Amino acid sequence: MTRRSETLLALAGAVLILVLAYAVPWLRFVLTIALAKGLAVLGILLLLRAGQVSFGHALYLALAAYTVAFGAVLVPEALLLLPAAALLAGIVGLLIGLFVVRYREIFFGMLNLALSMVFYSVLEKFYALTHGADGIRLPPVTFLGRPLAGESGEWTVLGLALVLALACGALVRVALASPLGEALAGIKTRETRLDFMGVSPKRVLLAAYVASAVMAGFAGAIIALTTRHVTPALSYWTTSGELVFIAILGGAGSVIGPFLGAAAYELTRVYAAATFANAWQLVLGLVLLGVIVFAPGGIWGMISSRRRAA
Amino acid sequence: MAWLSENGILVGLALLDGLSYAAAVFMVAVGLNLVFGVLRVLNVAHGSLYAIGGYTAASIGLFAASLGAPPWLGLPILLAASVLVGVVLGPLIERLLLRRMQDREPVLQLLVTFALFMILEDLQKLVWGVQPVVFDAPLKWLGTVDVPFGTDVIPFTAYQLYVLPGVALATLAILAYVLRYTLTGRMVVAVTVDREAARAMGIDAAKVTMLTFTVGAALAALGGALAAPTVSLVPGVGASTIVLSFAVVATAGLGQIEGAAVAALLIGLGRSFAVYVAPEFEVVVPYAIMVAVLLFRPQGLFGVAETRRI
Repeated sequence: MTRRSETLLALAGAVLILVLAYAVPWLRFVLTIALAKGLAVLGILLLLRAGQVSFGHALYLALAAYTVAFGAVLVPEALLLLPAAALLAGIVGLLIGLFVVRYREIFFGMLNLALSMVFYSVLEKFYALTHGADGIRLPPVTFLGRPLAGESGEWTVLGLALVLALACGALVRVALASPLGEALAGIKTRETRLDFMGVSPKRVLLAAYVASAVMAGFAGAIIALTTRHVTPALSYWTTSGELVFIAILGGAGSVIGPFLGAAAYELTRVYAAATFANAWQLVLGLVLLGVIVFAPGGIWGMISSRRRAA
Repeated sequence: MAWLSENGILVGLALLDGLSYAAAVFMVAVGLNLVFGVLRVLNVAHGSLYAIGGYTAASIGLFAASLGAPPWLGLPILLAASVLVGVVLGPLIERLLLRRMQDREPVLQLLVTFALFMILEDLQKLVWGVQPVVFDAPLKWLGTVDVPFGTDVIPFTAYQLYVLPGVALATLAILAYVLRYTLTGRMVVAVTVDREAARAMGIDAAKVTMLTFTVGAALAALGGALAAPTVSLVPGVGASTIVLSFAVVATAGLGQIEGAAVAALLIGLGRSFAVYVAPEFEVVVPYAIMVAVLLFRPQGLFGVAETRRI
């Protein structure tokens, strides 16, 4: 697929989101969450390109969400909270990344999982500070000085998420086509070759890891601003699993995949939860199985193969 | 030393608790490790098998008790229930799902087990509900034992003192014997080391895989069944068990049976000491141990570093 048609598709998607959010008001919330998760999944996509699965990126999601929740007490300005949360996620990502990029495959996945679970239990156990499993309600937040609440607040956060999604999507698209992206793919196929070429696989993976942490940070901040309530569940390993799930559901072939996947995931979840109150996980599990068995390229794979055939 | 004499009972309790806890964790982790060795898939749904084993044992036990069965029957029921779960679910999952995925990307294989986890988790809620299930007949029937510890005497349940560690030790001995000295065991080891070569030697790898998976599933179920009398079963018990046994397996090194026992002991004791000394860190300790081990031995305590493919 050419760069131009992908750009057009992304812009068309953005317009579609705005139209849907206008026509069906309750979809605004769902779409904002979907965009946020898509952002986090973009980072997962980078790591997947290197053949590595992180079962712990919920850590950065929760870290950023709690940063917003705590930071809002001091500085209740969304435009400052958002970058601050992402920056903190990036710094923590760099520190953890220095450690985890030495490991591959199962160990990489498990170390990430372990660290996110450590964070989860810290959030849950230090009740005095975090209110444990009850979580924290976000204090009122402003956007450019005006209160971020009500319908205009919802639109503002949706707009923020959309802008971030387009910007990060474009950046990842460029990064994947750059030597860095090729090197990432090299880690998956034959890491030793990169060494021979004088490229440090660890450094390449670290760059991707920090980028993925920052994007998960943006996602966490948006989620905190949307739900206005943060709980330790954001850091639980099933949330990380969900992100990997969305990556596969959407398809790892394009930067549009994560957003398609996230939208499909959130919509399925809303409908499944409404229709089968106690079995929405079961429905999602079946959907995931179906995708893996019958459409390994994900939703994006289905679309692009049809286009190629036509 | 003054601290020790004052808190002697605590240390003793932590030791005993840790031992029985390590025994249950070992059962799950060793099954996970066996399955990983042969299938090269980290089975996320392994924790669900643990939960289902516990629930099945509790249901059968409670049903038998309602028919007026003598309390000693509780113990064989635990064993029978886990064999039942292993023999029914093991081959089903392996044949219908995992075998089809054998030649696919490792990421996809991992996600298949994640999907399975989601499905089983909800099925379990549909069957057993969300109310805690308690089946402590075996625990009560065996009564308590006074364990002398220094100058103190600690009353501890005989079930946790003898049955749990006893079954774990027996499992360890049987597995070690079977894998080293029987033909079937050697075939399992052969498939673990090199699937292709094993097939070339005339080993029916598909059959070995199915057998191993069934045994692994039964071990997870047995772990759950054994733990059932000591805890009340609630939704989510599978999810927390699986991350703990991941930690054990990663600490031990992949494919290590005796190593899993040592790691389970290390992590079980570490966790129970945390419960008595610093309860906030209870959940953190297993991962702290794992990270500390992996920092110095990236392949785990007993793992053998794989030579890099060039």
